[in-house]
Amino acid sequence: MLIKVKDLKKDYTNGEVTTNVLRGITFNIDKGEFVSIMGPSGSGKSTLMHILGFLDKCTLGEYFFEDEDVSKLSDDELAERRAKKVGFIFQSFNLLPSLTLIENITLPLIYSNVPSDKRKKRGEYLLEQVGLSHRANYNPNKLSGGEKQRAAIARALVNNPEVIFADEPTGNLDSKSGFQVMKILQELNENGNTIILVTHEKYTAEYAKRIINIKDGLIFNDYEVKERQIAKEKTELTK
Amino acid sequence: MSILEAIKTSIQMLGRNRLQSFLTMLGIIIGVMAVVVVMSIGSSAQEFILSEVKAIGTDLIGVLPGKSDADGPPSSVFGIVNTSLKYENGEDLLKKNHSNIDTVSMYVQGNQNISFEDNLRNTSFIGTTESYTIVEKTKIKKGRFFTKEEEKNHSRVAVLGSKLAEELFLEQDPIGERIKIGSAGFKVIGVLEEKGTSMTQDQDNSIVIPIKTAQKLILGIDHISFMRIKVKDESLLNSTIESIEESLRESHNIDDPKDDDFTISAAAQALDSLSSITNALKFFLIAVSAISLIVGGFGIMNIMLAIVGERIGEIGLRKAIGAKNSQITQQFLIETIVITFLSGAIGIILGTLISYLAYRIMLLMDIKWVFIIPVDSIILATLISIGIGLVFGILPAKKASKLDPIEALRYE
Repeated sequence: MLIKVKDLKKDYTNGEVTTNVLRGITFNIDKGEFVSIMGPSGSGKSTLMHILGFLDKCTLGEYFFEDEDVSKLSDDELAERRAKKVGFIFQSFNLLPSLTLIENITLPLIYSNVPSDKRKKRGEYLLEQVGLSHRANYNPNKLSGGEKQRAAIARALVNNPEVIFADEPTGNLDSKSGFQVMKILQELNENGNTIILVTHEKYTAEYAKRIINIKDGLIFNDYEVKERQIAKEKTELTK
Repeated sequence: MSILEAIKTSIQMLGRNRLQSFLTMLGIIIGVMAVVVVMSIGSSAQEFILSEVKAIGTDLIGVLPGKSDADGPPSSVFGIVNTSLKYENGEDLLKKNHSNIDTVSMYVQGNQNISFEDNLRNTSFIGTTESYTIVEKTKIKKGRFFTKEEEKNHSRVAVLGSKLAEELFLEQDPIGERIKIGSAGFKVIGVLEEKGTSMTQDQDNSIVIPIKTAQKLILGIDHISFMRIKVKDESLLNSTIESIEESLRESHNIDDPKDDDFTISAAAQALDSLSSITNALKFFLIAVSAISLIVGGFGIMNIMLAIVGERIGEIGLRKAIGAKNSQITQQFLIETIVITFLSGAIGIILGTLISYLAYRIMLLMDIKWVFIIPVDSIILATLISIGIGLVFGILPAKKASKLDPIEALRYE
């Protein structure tokens, strides 16, 4: 079992007002799954992803990652898990304009103390995988949205993570670039990577194999996708 | 993340906004530059004054007639005639054979018309003792200096300063010629080597004659203007001064030091007080530069806080991909130190250039200036600039490390 969550709760207190963002979430995710966490804005899906991705801590409940009790970890230990266990893909790409593309991609390796020659090799390999070898020394601002997101995927993969979190990865992309991103994610999953996709669109969520539907801080339903969207065939059609 | 990595990152960040970075650095650049200039020019000035004083001689003790008190130097300095010091006092000091006294020279001075044939100059004459050449470190260019016998026998012999000799005799050899000081005739027996003008005397334009001859024949007095005592060992200066005081009090029948009718001074003592004055001045100027550095430090802190604000998204991302709080602190602290260190380096270079410029200007003005960049000023300036980075970088760096990664990621 990769991720085991039991009765997870998260409260935010703002002055006198306490908001119950997550009100008791329970599920398991196995290695190799492709899961969409779906829900409207304000449902708590982003908060859930932040907790699963070691960016935030739950208020109550249990979270085990690879059978390790995450709630007992210190801030520095959480940072270490982020550096080694997970990769993030964000809606707004979050590439640093002061660094070249290859430096951006290999940035996480700096924080897990990988020497620079190994970083370079790994970066070059991943750029090739996402088809951006010719852009290695570009400023990320000069890339198109699709290229940026492919670079961000490469960055998420750079540390060989146990799980990849994609937070609305197609939200800022046109449909063609969105397809490409989804195609890469599906390929990665076929190669054995665990992927957790966070989205508010049912259509996008259906690229995954399983959907956990969240409403008002609770799981509304949790089901296998019957008619899965497959990006591969579509791109072949568009060719 | 290694330190080297962090330094590389900070240089990349600085390069991104060159104008802003430069303006930020300006305060520190000016402050460090001021420290270097003050320390360099201060050291040069000190060296200059010391060499001037040393030229007079640090192994010399001067004795002036009249008492000096808390109100100031003896009246003789202001031209008021005080007759308390006599030729015999100097002779006594020599006779007592104090172990540390090498020799004693005595002086009377005045201005007179000096003439050779039709050529006339109004210039200063020095009546002195045979020991003059030793005490004043003067060499003879031509002929000879007068002897002890000539000094005691009121001989009418004269030794000319080099410039005066040229002006009076032009191309002619002055040795053996007769000249007149006022109306008294003298025989020229020697010419002194050129010495240059010091703070106290212009020997090259003077004529030197035996002291007793000057007293009797030209001035009509029996006191002397001052005497100079050359010691064998400079380290025994103070005890020598004491024994000179005792012996002078004895010969003047003085019981109470308050009634002294003479003043003793030593160049070495003047040197000490001059050093302390220039040091005080230097520290004052450094304190002024320090204010500029502190103001510059706040400027750096202000800009670093702004930079942290501009880079919230970056900080969030770095945290999301695994940066620990301490690594974020380290990154921003190193960035601040890189800024202040670079500023310090630029300040040191500019300060050195300005000090060198000052040196060239002083040379043009014919001042015997030396170009000194004290090593401690470089070390001090470097440490100060790194220190400012550390002190004023802590707050922005801490602020950056405390940002919530989720909030920071949302910030665009």
